[in-house]
Amino acid sequence: MERIIFYILALIMIVFAIASVSSKKMLRSVIYLLFVLCGIAGLYFLIDYNFLAAIQLTVYAGGIIVLIIFSVVLVHHIEMELELAKRSKQILVGLACLIGLGIFLTTIYSHTFNVVENSITTTAEDIGLGLLSYETGGFILPFEVISILLLASMIGAIVIAKGKKLTDKNEPK
Amino acid sequence: MIAGISIYEILTVTSILFFIGVYGFITRKNLISILMSIELILNASVINFVVINKYLYPDMLQGVYFSIFIIAVAAAETALAVSIIINLYRQIASVEVKDTEIMKY
Repeated sequence: MERIIFYILALIMIVFAIASVSSKKMLRSVIYLLFVLCGIAGLYFLIDYNFLAAIQLTVYAGGIIVLIIFSVVLVHHIEMELELAKRSKQILVGLACLIGLGIFLTTIYSHTFNVVENSITTTAEDIGLGLLSYETGGFILPFEVISILLLASMIGAIVIAKGKKLTDKNEPK
Repeated sequence: MIAGISIYEILTVTSILFFIGVYGFITRKNLISILMSIELILNASVINFVVINKYLYPDMLQGVYFSIFIIAVAAAETALAVSIIINLYRQIASVEVKDTEIMKY
């Protein structure tokens, strides 16, 4: 049963990823990316990391996709078609990617992994305790650094996106 | 771990996703599309962290923490990139890569 679900998810992810990088319509390619991200969340559910799947769905499918759709709608006409790269360039890049993929796969398949058979379920409590622990192996410092980073990027995004006014209406003449 | 699925199959899927992202990154000419390809690449690497943690070291959680941090950094990066793109559009009315040749007016 899990086998069939995994293969369906993998097929969905790969097909929609290819559609996302080769679609000519901008908004459609964003929606294809949304399907890929939902497939990845399904993969996390299969591996039994429910907390990560929830994060994936809220942050990626809920936040980042909406942000990208915002920018697409603000910047483009909704029916605008993207210009594609030249045919020769597409083939060349595709070939290079296939060679890279081949190297990756030969390396992966020639390596033997010491897989530990298990069926441990990780709860959100374990993850939270590990993130906030002060002992060796705890992740309290990176956690704080990430919170500072998020704050800084939020302020930076506001400052950059606000920009200068193009025409000042109250300017004295 | 997923019953009946070996680690090799999942790593194959993530490698394919990664290289689809690389392909999109090189061939696309629009800044927003390039950003989407970066999201694909980041997601493929996050799955690798999670899967290797679950299959090889199931009693530890380091891979999960790293994937949470990667997701947080990706969110910050996307917010900044979108604000830069909007500001750029305001200044030169285009988000194509070939039109962006000046860093500051």
